[in-house]
Amino acid sequence: MSDETKQGLQSPFRRKLLMGMAALPALTMLPRPSFGAGPATSAVNTTGLAVTDTEVTVGILHSATGTMAISETGSIEAEKLAIEQINAMGGVLGRKIKFIQEDGASDWPTFAEKAKKLLVNDKVASIMGCWTSASRKAVLPVVEQYNGMLYYPTFYEGLEQSKNVIYTGQEATQQILAGLNWIAKEKGAKTFFFIGSDYIWPRTSNKIARKHVENVLKGKVVGEEYYALGSTQFNSVINKIKLTKPDVIFTDVVGGSNVAFYKQLKAAGVDLSKQALLTISVTEDEIDGIGGENIAGAYACMKYFQSLDNPNNKAFVPAFQKMWGEKTVIGDVTQAAYLGPWLWKLTCEKAQSFDVDKIAAASPGVEFKGAPEGYVRIHENHHLWSKTRVGRAKLDGQFELIFETADLVEPDPFPKGYQ
Amino acid sequence: MFGDYSIGDLGSIFVMQGFAGLILFSVYVLMALGLAIIFGQMGVINMAHGEFMILGAYVTWLTSNAFQHYLPSLFPGYFFLAMALAFLAAGALGMLVEWVLIRHLYKRPLDTLLATWGLSLMLQQAYRSIFGAREVGVELPQWMLGSLKVTDSIEVPINGIFVISLTILITIVVAYVLYMSRWGRQVRAVVQNRVMAGAVGINTEKVDRYTFGLGCGIAGVAGSAFTMIGSTGPTSGQLYIVDTFLVVVFGGAASLLGTIASAFSISQTQSTLEFFMSGSMAKVLTLLAVVGILMLRPQGLFALKVRK
Repeated sequence: MSDETKQGLQSPFRRKLLMGMAALPALTMLPRPSFGAGPATSAVNTTGLAVTDTEVTVGILHSATGTMAISETGSIEAEKLAIEQINAMGGVLGRKIKFIQEDGASDWPTFAEKAKKLLVNDKVASIMGCWTSASRKAVLPVVEQYNGMLYYPTFYEGLEQSKNVIYTGQEATQQILAGLNWIAKEKGAKTFFFIGSDYIWPRTSNKIARKHVENVLKGKVVGEEYYALGSTQFNSVINKIKLTKPDVIFTDVVGGSNVAFYKQLKAAGVDLSKQALLTISVTEDEIDGIGGENIAGAYACMKYFQSLDNPNNKAFVPAFQKMWGEKTVIGDVTQAAYLGPWLWKLTCEKAQSFDVDKIAAASPGVEFKGAPEGYVRIHENHHLWSKTRVGRAKLDGQFELIFETADLVEPDPFPKGYQ
Repeated sequence: MFGDYSIGDLGSIFVMQGFAGLILFSVYVLMALGLAIIFGQMGVINMAHGEFMILGAYVTWLTSNAFQHYLPSLFPGYFFLAMALAFLAAGALGMLVEWVLIRHLYKRPLDTLLATWGLSLMLQQAYRSIFGAREVGVELPQWMLGSLKVTDSIEVPINGIFVISLTILITIVVAYVLYMSRWGRQVRAVVQNRVMAGAVGINTEKVDRYTFGLGCGIAGVAGSAFTMIGSTGPTSGQLYIVDTFLVVVFGGAASLLGTIASAFSISQTQSTLEFFMSGSMAKVLTLLAVVGILMLRPQGLFALKVRK
């Protein structure tokens, strides 16, 4: 994306709007018994969105079928929970949120088509959706052309920024650098072995990680391997790992391959309590399939773990499990998806409007104090300021928090020196 | 890349890499055996093969849960029962599918491709509705985890040994059934000439049904065994289907020996290449080699001599 976009976001309204922010948290606390008490529809909706005096419509666009349903189910559940909670608190600008759910069916052209349907036919005020980078890339031109607002939950490779997208997950530098710094310091790690699935996110992430290891940590990357998506045989690469004896195995293997990788690693006698392994692709959701006994001891670098000990999370986890089942686990992306509706609501209230242009302009500086991960704030570049955390996988499939950055980490989707 | 290592280190790595190749070989044979029977002997292009495997995996998961709840003391041995149940469940579903769907399509082999592909989509959605969209983790008994230390530097994964033994056992059973038993002769007779086989008194419908059931049952056992090395989710079957067809087609569709030879050559090529280059490149080169050989020998490595 060009500088033009960046400047577009720093509108002259920003300062004024930021000043208005202080009153917001108090506003959201007020219980409102009925809908329809908000400002007049003609004032908050000047662009023909699906807003009535009592209702506002948003879209949910994820894969409920197909291979990505494994991952995206959690996001759908989190977004529905957030919408329900917001409605219970009186909705947005006095209006109840109604959602239309569309199925991207793990097929990228379908995502684009459904996004167009939501924007053109249903006139939704915003879309909570997409998961893989491929689906986001397919939807991006649509939301830009029809001026929609997309809240995208997944941690991703960066190198993107749009007026029409709010990225509620971490971009690559945010997620990776702090984790690498920590493990280099804590374990005195000098040699790293990278293994990933073969597509854009692992390759970009590893590129950033390699630059950081070589230029900043003065370490060495002793191997970098990619396996096709869906690969189930990792014995050869495990042998290479044994041969090169790296201080740290750094992985971004995804999907079903993950399960195969950790099972075979364990079977090959690699003991994760002695061999340090840092992953940026395994959340509580994935451990469900991998099995806690196969991955216990590994470190994961994320911004959220289900086990986080803070008041917001202590309310969020039971609410989620009450709605979706006692045993449902909550991974990093699920939490990021939960932020989407909330950030949108807060931005609408800050802008006192549902209009997409005003939302886009009002977004920078919006802060959500009720986030399960703790406090988050939207940056000028439409990504979130957030903390980076390292957790250690336990036998029961949960992570034990080992380290977190002292301050919020600034999102930097176009990192200088890492490209 | 070898400069820094001692001869001993290298030796043990080559032993382990050889073993990795053997495991891959067994996995390929196990995947392909069921399909070799269905595609090779019956000419049915079964695109739902992977979903039959995953049925076996889900049966294993259910069995493991049941044992943990009701018979925790017998948990270490549950896997054998699970494999038997996986065989029965996948076989039964296979016979049902044959009766409802496949038997109407024997004269139109290409249509079986479309029909079974549709079946695979239906099964995937059924798994998703019944077991949920998320992957499930199959817990294994303790003795099946970890590795055997042969020497200080050579470690052999136990699940690898298990898969290899299972593959040998099933291959022997299948070879016996197909080539030595009376029923195997009937199967081959039906494949060669359905009308004539019927005329000499073979119940062709029954033979078809049991053959299809056997193929699916073996897929179920394979799926059950793969819970040790791979994932169990509604769409996990898709991970195996391409490799499975590759092995069967490359080997020459109608030949069991061909399937084994093809699994061996593909797995050894791949695991050797994987060691010297990255996984993706190894796959590309392996596939290129297979395509090249198939262009020269379209009938596959081993083919029955047929008078055209």
